[in-house]
Amino acid sequence: MRLAYLVPLVLFVLIGIGLAVGLTLNPREIPSALIGKPVPEFSLPPVEGRKEGLSTADLKAGTPSLVNVFASWCVPCRIEHPLLMGLAREQIAPIHGLNYKDNPADVSKWLDQLGDPFQRTGADRDGRVGIEWGVYGVPETFVVDGQGQIRCKHVGPLTEWDVENKIKPLLRDLTAGKESAVKC
Amino acid sequence: MLKRFAFLIALLAAPLAQAQPLDEHLSDPAQEARAREISRELRCLVCQNQSIEDSNAPLARDLRRIVRERVAAGEDDQAVLDYVVARYGEWVLLKPRFNLQNLLLWLGPALFLVIGGIVVYAVLRRQRAAQAAAAAAPLSAEEQRRLQALLNETEGQ
Repeated sequence: MRLAYLVPLVLFVLIGIGLAVGLTLNPREIPSALIGKPVPEFSLPPVEGRKEGLSTADLKAGTPSLVNVFASWCVPCRIEHPLLMGLAREQIAPIHGLNYKDNPADVSKWLDQLGDPFQRTGADRDGRVGIEWGVYGVPETFVVDGQGQIRCKHVGPLTEWDVENKIKPLLRDLTAGKESAVKC
Repeated sequence: MLKRFAFLIALLAAPLAQAQPLDEHLSDPAQEARAREISRELRCLVCQNQSIEDSNAPLARDLRRIVRERVAAGEDDQAVLDYVVARYGEWVLLKPRFNLQNLLLWLGPALFLVIGGIVVYAVLRRQRAAQAAAAAAPLSAEEQRRLQALLNETEGQ
């Protein structure tokens, strides 16, 4: 048999593999333009009923932190909430909340009912700060190092796997001042 | 008749007029046109294959407002696009930039055309060579004998 007859078969297999890989990718996951960049300049008042607001300076205080973009109208936020509560109990790093386009009374009630894992909260009423952070789908979670650089971004609700394999190891490495091998 | 048509056209045009809330628009028509042009080039991140100009997702509305503010503040088109790209990545551009990373994307079609051309050329050349070789080769003694036999046969009939 001539080798040339194999060409279509090889092409078919290669294209098939390419398309199969394409099927497993998630088109909703957009690589963040902000990874490795400093957090945007912003300053937000606290959510109603809380004392500490959130601003750029709070994220450059020397300790790594987790910034969670959430809203009371966001159903997946409710799903990931227990994981954030767990993380807060473990006290690996401070967790801050960026409350995206929410109603003050609603978010206050939400945090009272479900528990408040946040050290600081920022009320982003009109979503402007969210856009500065490149937010496009709540919930989103950012890992920020002590110098205020964004090290990781997770879009959508966190799962236990994400917390155990991405968030926690990265926060531990950053706290220890190590270069982290965690892929984000 | 004319009246009926006018009514139909008005009906068809009605949704266009409603496409965007009026309070978004800039008062300067030239700036408004530019803002629309820019918005058409930006992808809505929520409903990914629409531009922010076409989408009524809340995020698209917020981004349209930002585009208009920046246009009104006198920024040029590139600066406005850069502002959004810095936050959401190059992916928000519906028309990808011509740079090293996107080289294959831009030149891919031309590349495939060239490869196809080379293949067609090679196949044609081989075919022609085969034909030429067939035409040029004289008949062997055996072929000559068979041809003669066939000719004799037809003549005999």
